[in-house]
Amino acid sequence: MTELEVDIAGIRMRNPTMLASGILNETGRSMVDIAKAGAGAVVTKSVGLEPREGHTNPCIVELECGLINAMGLPNPGIDAYLEEVAVAQGGGVPVIGSVFGGSEEEIAEVARRMASAGVAAVELNLSCPHAEGLGAEIGSTPDMVERICRAVKAGVEVPIFAKLTPNTSSIASLASAAEEGGADGIVAINTLKAMAICPELGRPILSNRFGGLSGKAVRAVGVRCVYEIFDAVTIPIIGVGGVTTSKDALEYIMAGATAVQMGTAIWSEGVGVFSDVCDGLAKFMKANDYGSVEEMKGIAHR
Amino acid sequence: MPIDNGIRAFAITEQIDETPTIRTVHLDGSMHAQPGQFVMVWVPGKDEFPMSVSYPGELFGITYKVAGEGTRHLSVMKPGEKIGVRGPYGKGYSIEGESILAVAGGTGMAALAPMVDLAVASGASVDVVLGARTQSELLFRTRCERSGAAVHITTDDGSDGSKGLATDKARELLEAGDHDMMYTCGPERMIVGLLELSGTTGVPMQASLERYMKCGIGICDSCAIDGKHVCVDGPVFSHEVLSKLSDLGRTRLNPSGGRIPIE
Repeated sequence: MTELEVDIAGIRMRNPTMLASGILNETGRSMVDIAKAGAGAVVTKSVGLEPREGHTNPCIVELECGLINAMGLPNPGIDAYLEEVAVAQGGGVPVIGSVFGGSEEEIAEVARRMASAGVAAVELNLSCPHAEGLGAEIGSTPDMVERICRAVKAGVEVPIFAKLTPNTSSIASLASAAEEGGADGIVAINTLKAMAICPELGRPILSNRFGGLSGKAVRAVGVRCVYEIFDAVTIPIIGVGGVTTSKDALEYIMAGATAVQMGTAIWSEGVGVFSDVCDGLAKFMKANDYGSVEEMKGIAHR
Repeated sequence: MPIDNGIRAFAITEQIDETPTIRTVHLDGSMHAQPGQFVMVWVPGKDEFPMSVSYPGELFGITYKVAGEGTRHLSVMKPGEKIGVRGPYGKGYSIEGESILAVAGGTGMAALAPMVDLAVASGASVDVVLGARTQSELLFRTRCERSGAAVHITTDDGSDGSKGLATDKARELLEAGDHDMMYTCGPERMIVGLLELSGTTGVPMQASLERYMKCGIGICDSCAIDGKHVCVDGPVFSHEVLSKLSDLGRTRLNPSGGRIPIE
């Protein structure tokens, strides 16, 4: 095992960086390119049972500190998307399939079809803040999170990860519920519900009015959430939200994450951000005598 | 880096009918875009879509054909009404060569016109092949002639210039001339044809591609074509890149991310 290798629920990764869902993962080829750029694993776009166009444009707002998006879960439907998953699997790193749905039965069915494609794990999108009846709208209560995890777990052999929303009073209780329902890992956080208004036009910019804030602006919230979740569960945590540098990744790891996902950083830094973060981690570990990522995990809890 | 939420509001100053189906909207404010770069145009309450900047600088304008809800609404907006614009985005044409050939099909001339203006102004000898369905649909013919380019017309119905494809006229000019760069924008099948010509004649080319776009900033993957993204890697690609794109002229993604054939 080299110093950057990590193991999450039995999935061995060459380094702790992953492509987050929703960024450059509509096509298999783009995911292969992210793997080539150095990511330790890639997460697919969130897919549902049927094709979905998502929200009308504008669906993105550029801020100095990040992005607000309201894509609205566009996807070609699980059956068509499996062709892209097959291409992504040629990238040589674990592919984690992200799924969403409007009920526990529907999510379980999409997860079953996703797992049939041979993905390393399934990530449950219980946290998209801008799609009616989906994502965070069904993943905001511990009871629903537990029921969904249990339903999905019953139908698939691969590990399942629950991606949780920070738009709640207690993300730790959602994480505990996911663990209770059989989840093998927690992914935190999804975007923070947000809005931007164009003053000259006197109206919200996003066609959906509300969207999800990602990028540097949310990192400190994500680190706090991972820290709280680490105290509440024993299953591994994947930290996501604003990771742009190796220092950001270290914050998540020391809060309790085994790995980190990146998305918005590709917009601000380019795809080289995966190898940059890994190089920085390796340097830090050498300078501070850490032999593995595992050794640093959660050490801020003291 | 983005400013003002990335979007700036511009008042419409004028709408000009270029052909029976193509209009130019001029906006109150400047846009410093390289030839071939695009902006995301937000028609409030309706849609946002990518458009080439057909008039960069102080005269800022975009030239469009009514193709959906957004452009239909834009076409009835009056001077003084405001739209939102973000950008400019993407990589435009790199102007090189002393003798160049520009090949435009339909509204493709909107992206090429600033390149023609700049190339002529910098002293290059410029041939323009302007192709359209019929005479009344020829876009920016006068603009190109005034700039000093030699304009060669082709129409599908023979109502002006040579009857036939822009590609045929381009072949004729490439075989007779000493062009050192070809520039194009238009239907993807025409671009595929010109790419073959570029291969056989050895004249390098740059082509502007079009794909459905959501973000315009290189993250959503909607405009992916064999791992390249039209919004940030393009919209203008060199023949080296174009010749490696197996989806070129074959498939594109629809708004849900499904693959559909290119007609």
